[in-house]
Amino acid sequence: MNRLPFTLVVGAIITAFFVGTALLSLVWTPHDITELEISQRLQPASATYWLGTDQFGRDMVSMLMEGSRTSIAVALIAVGLGIVVGVPLGLAAAAARGSLLDEVIMRGNDLIFAFPSLVIAILITAVYGPSATNAIVAIGIFNIPVFARVARGGALPIWTLDYILAARTAGKSRARISAEHVLPNIANLLIVQATIQFSLGILAEAALSYVNLGAQPPTSSIGKMLAESQTMIYSNPSLAVLPGLAIVIMVLGLNLMGDGLRDALDPRLRRARG
Amino acid sequence: MIEIEHLTLGIRGTPILDDVSLRIEQGEIFGLVGESGSGKSMTALSVMGLLPRGTTINGAARLDDVDLLTLREHDLRQIRGNDIGMIFQEPMTALNPVQTIGDQVAETLLIHDAADRAEARRIARDRLDRVGLSHIELDRYPHELSGGQRQRVCIAAAIALHPRLLIADEPTTALDVTTQAQILDLLKGIVAEENMALLLITHDLAVVSDMADRIAVMQNGMIVEQGETAQVLRDQVHPYTSALFAASAHQPDRTEPAQSDAILSLRDVHRHYPGPRQGFIRGDPVRAVDGVSFDLQRGESLGLVGESGCGKSTLTRAILGLDPVTSGQIILNGAEISPAMPRARRAQMQVVFQDPYGSFNPRWRVDRIIAEPYFLLDAPPHGIDRDDAISAALEAVRLSPGDALKYPHEFSGGQRQRIAIARALITRPDLLVLDEAVSALDVSVRAQILDLLADLQTEFGLSYLFISHDLTVVRAITDRVLVMQAGRIVEQGETQAMFTAPQHPYTQSLLAAAPRLPDDIGERHDALV
Repeated sequence: MNRLPFTLVVGAIITAFFVGTALLSLVWTPHDITELEISQRLQPASATYWLGTDQFGRDMVSMLMEGSRTSIAVALIAVGLGIVVGVPLGLAAAAARGSLLDEVIMRGNDLIFAFPSLVIAILITAVYGPSATNAIVAIGIFNIPVFARVARGGALPIWTLDYILAARTAGKSRARISAEHVLPNIANLLIVQATIQFSLGILAEAALSYVNLGAQPPTSSIGKMLAESQTMIYSNPSLAVLPGLAIVIMVLGLNLMGDGLRDALDPRLRRARG
Repeated sequence: MIEIEHLTLGIRGTPILDDVSLRIEQGEIFGLVGESGSGKSMTALSVMGLLPRGTTINGAARLDDVDLLTLREHDLRQIRGNDIGMIFQEPMTALNPVQTIGDQVAETLLIHDAADRAEARRIARDRLDRVGLSHIELDRYPHELSGGQRQRVCIAAAIALHPRLLIADEPTTALDVTTQAQILDLLKGIVAEENMALLLITHDLAVVSDMADRIAVMQNGMIVEQGETAQVLRDQVHPYTSALFAASAHQPDRTEPAQSDAILSLRDVHRHYPGPRQGFIRGDPVRAVDGVSFDLQRGESLGLVGESGCGKSTLTRAILGLDPVTSGQIILNGAEISPAMPRARRAQMQVVFQDPYGSFNPRWRVDRIIAEPYFLLDAPPHGIDRDDAISAALEAVRLSPGDALKYPHEFSGGQRQRIAIARALITRPDLLVLDEAVSALDVSVRAQILDLLADLQTEFGLSYLFISHDLTVVRAITDRVLVMQAGRIVEQGETQAMFTAPQHPYTQSLLAAAPRLPDDIGERHDALV
């Protein structure tokens, strides 16, 4: 058994921690954040409020738990959208390499890539109204070409191998070969890309929430926490620092996990380690 | 000049080399022969100091009085390229695709501060002229050259600094026979001219028998026999040497006579590709297959021989019904072959490919791999019937039914080729297309697979279309041979007649180029000395 890469272990622990607390917030948080207790506003950290309270008397730990839940949910669904739409497009482009279909898919990709993603995401949410759903769509659209490219790039060399020819002599269609032979062999590329896109999605969601175009009240979100705390950044810096740290650590954890997964799944590196 | 003494080497506890000793003198060609995994490449890499991490090493590798094994990386770099040059098997990957060939030859000179930029380019030009590339500009890229030309570039780079020892690791295995003969000639000429030593590593006894002054035969990390070439070939003291010898001349027993009933017929088949774009206009179409007609009789083994680029791969894909033909007809069992043909017709024909490593989806288990062609049947067997059929197919290729639960990486190259044959047999086809099916195998494994194919032909009443670039391979197994050049069949006839009296000049040059072991050792002895 090979030793798992250190980065993978650390990244997975950090990611598991955030995902775990986000899931926990569905059933339990230390305090209810929908009830504003102005008398308890701006409390320092204590036994009751582990990380203190904000300007409305809401518990920071509970806010962070619910906020990261929103961020993770939005980013996860957006990445899912990118995979579900982008990977089949990329596989189809690779299967029909050099054809009109390939050209249409890949030039369509280039078109989406050519737009500055966050600006367009802001445009979409501004036009269709700010909501978590629109944030998901806005972020998800820009994940599609990423996955289409990775899938196509990974699939092209596989299409030149003899087992693809053998499958074709077995009368299998290109779509079936893509699903049975190509997809399982590019899964590792897609997994690595998904973790990276996931962390980018969290950043994008935070940015949208920061300009108040993400999830709407009463849903908490880390980006919104940052936005709300900015007037008090000198008097109560911890209100901004805590959500900021949460994002940094979450993204760091995901990136470490992505790097680690790449090392663990890359057959060349695996062979080098024996 | 270079002397390896009692070299013992292991990687993470696995023994690789065991007490290897050899000596190469100035101006001598030394052949190191053995099958894959015998340790011949590791011997060369230890001289270069290019061993993988985790290697434990004992013994000595002396260049004059310096023990290379005790040198540090910095000092070794002075020796690599300077005193020892190396060329590799795969000229496609040994060159950097984004650098011009001139820069790559000049690189050796620049790294060792042997010349300034202009001087290095001048020397690069000179070296490329020497290896027979005087018509190729320095600013060409590797992809613009053929395989043989690329190998010449590798040789030019390796001899740029006039090294005293040149190591050639399977330098011609990836090349066509005529190209192979030219490259071997070139190496021989350079060795004589520069008075350098050449360590020629190969799995093919025939390659070294013509060239080497002395040879060593390796097996399982040990040198089992070593001496003057003629003497080793004559005496064959070690059983492994004689086994190697017997395997390369192996002729499987075949009995089943062919019936006169065409199972596969090609009638004036053409396959043209659009010509290369020149600005907005396309050039003339490339006639990859240019009017091929032949019949393959039921129960017959037909060889189709030609060098890379002759159109045999294009023709193979058309015969397999993977690509359409431009014009003409391919008839299998009375029905026409096309990419749109019904699956039942496809099931009458299966294929075995060259590369035992790329032939299987690495994530599939052997039972699923073998059963894949069942997709062609309307009512494939299920459950126990399916398992029985898979076991039967594995047993037919002399593997055990238990192998069905393993993954491809657990098998050796020869075993994988057996799995590929089992997959091809599962739908009980009439015709098996063998696309370079034994070319990537060691000689002794190749002999076993050829035997197996001969047995299966009798057992299942198969017809074979045996496609290869190597005439000697098809000689053993075919009744008739077609020779293909530039999209056309230039000669066809009975295999024996073709080998004894080739008519077409192209066939004659193919036969002349193929390295051959001496038929009669006693007679050859004088010629070799």
